[in-house]
Amino acid sequence: MSNFRMTRFAVTMTAGLLTVSLMTACSSNNATTVEKPQTDSTTTTQADSVNAQDVWAKAAPEGDMSAMFGRLTNDGDQTVTIVSVSSDEATEMQLHETVMGDDGSMKMQEKGGGFTIEPGATLTLEPGGNHLMYMELTAPLQAGADSTVTLTFSDNSTLDLSGAIREYSGAHEEYVPDHAMDHGDGHDDHEHDHDSDGHTHDH
Amino acid sequence: MATEPQDKRSGGWSRRRFLTAGAVAGAGAVAAVAADHVLQGSLRSGKEAATTATQLSGDNSRLTFGRQTVSFDGPVQAGVTIQPQAHTRLMAFDLVESVDRGAIRRLMRLLTDDARSLMRGVAPLGDSEPELATVPAHLTVTVGVGARLIRVAAGESFVPGWLRPLPTFGIDRLRDEWSGGDLVVEVASDDLVAMSHAARLVTKSIRSLAVVRWMQDGFRHAYGTHPEGTSMRNLFGQIDGTVNPVPGTDDFAEVVISRDGWLAGGTSLVVRRIQMDLDTWDDIDRVGREAAVGRRLATGAPLTGTTEHDEPDFDAADSLGFTVIPDFSHMRRARSENRRERIFRRSANYEVMDQHGRPESGQIFMSYQADPVTQFVPIQRRLDELDMLNEWTTPIGSAVFAILPGCGPEGMLGETLF
Ligand code: HEM
Ligand SMILES: [Cu+2]
Repeated sequence: MSNFRMTRFAVTMTAGLLTVSLMTACSSNNATTVEKPQTDSTTTTQADSVNAQDVWAKAAPEGDMSAMFGRLTNDGDQTVTIVSVSSDEATEMQLHETVMGDDGSMKMQEKGGGFTIEPGATLTLEPGGNHLMYMELTAPLQAGADSTVTLTFSDNSTLDLSGAIREYSGAHEEYVPDHAMDHGDGHDDHEHDHDSDGHTHDH
Repeated sequence: MATEPQDKRSGGWSRRRFLTAGAVAGAGAVAAVAADHVLQGSLRSGKEAATTATQLSGDNSRLTFGRQTVSFDGPVQAGVTIQPQAHTRLMAFDLVESVDRGAIRRLMRLLTDDARSLMRGVAPLGDSEPELATVPAHLTVTVGVGARLIRVAAGESFVPGWLRPLPTFGIDRLRDEWSGGDLVVEVASDDLVAMSHAARLVTKSIRSLAVVRWMQDGFRHAYGTHPEGTSMRNLFGQIDGTVNPVPGTDDFAEVVISRDGWLAGGTSLVVRRIQMDLDTWDDIDRVGREAAVGRRLATGAPLTGTTEHDEPDFDAADSLGFTVIPDFSHMRRARSENRRERIFRRSANYEVMDQHGRPESGQIFMSYQADPVTQFVPIQRRLDELDMLNEWTTPIGSAVFAILPGCGPEGMLGETLF
């Protein structure tokens, strides 16, 4: 379970449920964190308004695609828009949505205009739905390690998301590259469905 | 006169002690149960929650326990001390060849995150059957390690001297497929679905780091069929588990819990898969059966007493001068004059069918002790030399593990190895 700022309520409740005496001085290496970049201005940035929960990424070998999931809640009073995502662990990352293709199969594609979250709303990133896509991993995502990505909002503020890497076999939606974009990035050896342009999430 | 091991009279198993506040009586329990439901997204009303809490505090035979949880956090892993659940699956793994110190840290982190979530009744991240996680029914996930894992994580100097295969005993007919392992995970619950899901989840989580070596399933009476604290019956029909240190007592801490360095708060687990030949046992009449153990079948009382926890009188003789409790009886042989030579037994029954549907029955003998070489081995040696029960029992599997210390809410199992 990832503990982010927004989960303080839940965490407090949990603590109330513990009856066995607890050890002191335990390391906190299994807690995922959100690091908020410091901004000089006193105005609230979009990144400041967003809190993340249950962030995780799918384990995958170097060179493959993978995805990050979680829940992002807008606790501010302005609409926020995530316009891009990046990570040191991938040559490129994209904001993806999953849609039903003409043939009835699920396909994922870049989300035009990014992800918008209204005040008070939560964006759920999940297998088979919206997700943050690692297009080509520069290093393996190893189960039990953490992965970190950076979200950029429309006001240029940024938010680092970090979560546990977990084994997951689903999320095989076919990837349909945007026609305007060129992905000459050597994914041709990956699993293909019927569409010869399509990639699937590998694992 | 023989020694007097502490038995369960002085306290007895108490599952409540290890449960979350949901099972503790009082107003706080209502709040805690309600909170539990908030956490799990349950729509149950506060009134229902209150009813549940009331039921839990009483001796209600119709109580619903599916949502009851056992706290993961604590200096000793909960699976060592909780009253044994109805179902248990012991899973031994071999580490994959490439595993290094960093990989073991990742392994421990995965096991910790999974255990902590599953025991709370919350689906771990990436669980593809999350609904199966919401009825834990006292689920515990308990982790132990073998010498190789410790060596890779922390070096030879961290490997306890006792962490090696047991010496060979004359009665052993050990099979490789039931022996050894670099890692053990015990998943136990009072609900078989919860146990199965948790086992699958954990196995999947760590599949890049560890592969299954063996798995054994054990069972005991269903939760609620007997008052809390009742010793189970094994498949010979015997009350099994009477003379045992009591969790929560100083005696238990002394006999079972390690104080050594990184393992302080941990213990050792000896697993013996022991076949029990029910067909030849059938040939024995009740007098012979009771003599084989030195206790009565109906009550579990020693042959010299009337109730289960009566202290046996090993010197009492009948009119012919024979001791009432035979010298070859399992109890007589298993009891040492040396109080250090005691163990904490937590066994489960097993029954598996061969391809023709013929059952093989037995016991997954599990014992916990601070040091198996000085505590378990002398007992097993004596039983190897003489024990009437050997007539019908055959050990076919054997493994020894170091059960990791527990950890706090922010902690990680095995953290003291790093
Ligand atoms: C299938 C195998 C076994 C069966 C059916 C069995 C059964 C029993 C039974 C019915 C009792 C008496 C009640 C009680 O105190 O629990 C007992 C006691 C005991 N057994 Fe076993 N047992 C088995 C294997 C073992 C093994 C392998 C060990 C250890 C090496 C062992 C150690 C003990 C000890 C220490 C006691 C308590 C003795 C005392 O009164 O101080 N048992 N067992
Ligand atoms: Cu995608």
